[in-house]
Amino acid sequence: MLLYPTSAFARDPFFRDPFAALRRLHDEIDRGFAPLTTGSAPGHAPAGFPAVNMWQGEHSIALTAELPGFKAEDIDISVKDDTLTISGQRSSPEVGEKAVWHLRERPFGRFARSIGLPFRVDAEKVNARFVNGVLEIELSRPEEDRPRRIEVKSA
Amino acid sequence: MTQDMVHRTQGDGEVAMAGQTTRGRPVYRPWTDICETENGVVIAVDMPGVGTDDVDITLEKRVLTIRGRRQARQPEGYRLAYAEYREGDYERVFSLSDEIDEAGIKAAVVSGVLMLELPKVEPAKPKRIEVKAA
Repeated sequence: MLLYPTSAFARDPFFRDPFAALRRLHDEIDRGFAPLTTGSAPGHAPAGFPAVNMWQGEHSIALTAELPGFKAEDIDISVKDDTLTISGQRSSPEVGEKAVWHLRERPFGRFARSIGLPFRVDAEKVNARFVNGVLEIELSRPEEDRPRRIEVKSA
Repeated sequence: MTQDMVHRTQGDGEVAMAGQTTRGRPVYRPWTDICETENGVVIAVDMPGVGTDDVDITLEKRVLTIRGRRQARQPEGYRLAYAEYREGDYERVFSLSDEIDEAGIKAAVVSGVLMLELPKVEPAKPKRIEVKAA
């Protein structure tokens, strides 16, 4: 279930496809540990862990990822140029010695996922929130990298 | 008693599309852990995006149904460009054994995980019946 943007620019050979970088998500480096990567999220094609959605704004991009049961302090986010890395861990629930597991479907362990972004982002302007087990990261394009509007003067 | 304490009554499909949903979004069968201790059973259910007020738990004739309604969240000023997951609701059904004290069930949602504590009833003392001589 991959929703690729249908860009009008994509058909124009003179215009570089601005979303090409989004597709690089497929080439992302996955270094997830086995317990977290076995099985895919319900109803989705297997991707890295965690599954992410990417949102596009005017000069920024937002990422959301499902990380239920994680603690905010156990999630690390780092940004370098156009690569975002999310890593973290969910520990196995602590139970007594006499406890018996009847069902264990929830993954636990460590994960790390690097995601290629469509543009270089300002590492100083990254906002992250963690609400109800969903991580939201907002990244902005540096001022100097933004496209400039050039006025056409009439002769 | 392992499988009798709490067992799943739902099929093994990843998506529990029980009939047509009125909300036009998928209903997922969430990942669940069930652990039994001496005092009771603990159930943990992954429901990312679901808060305390979005959970509906019903218990009828020893059938425990949990539903989580996920609030749709769209970052303001953004449009979806790439998706690996789709927001939906969650639903899962468990049947409880007689050993569970229904009145003592506790529930809490922490960081998108529903935690259910189901205590066991006090073991019934064997009753001795005297046979009286006629």
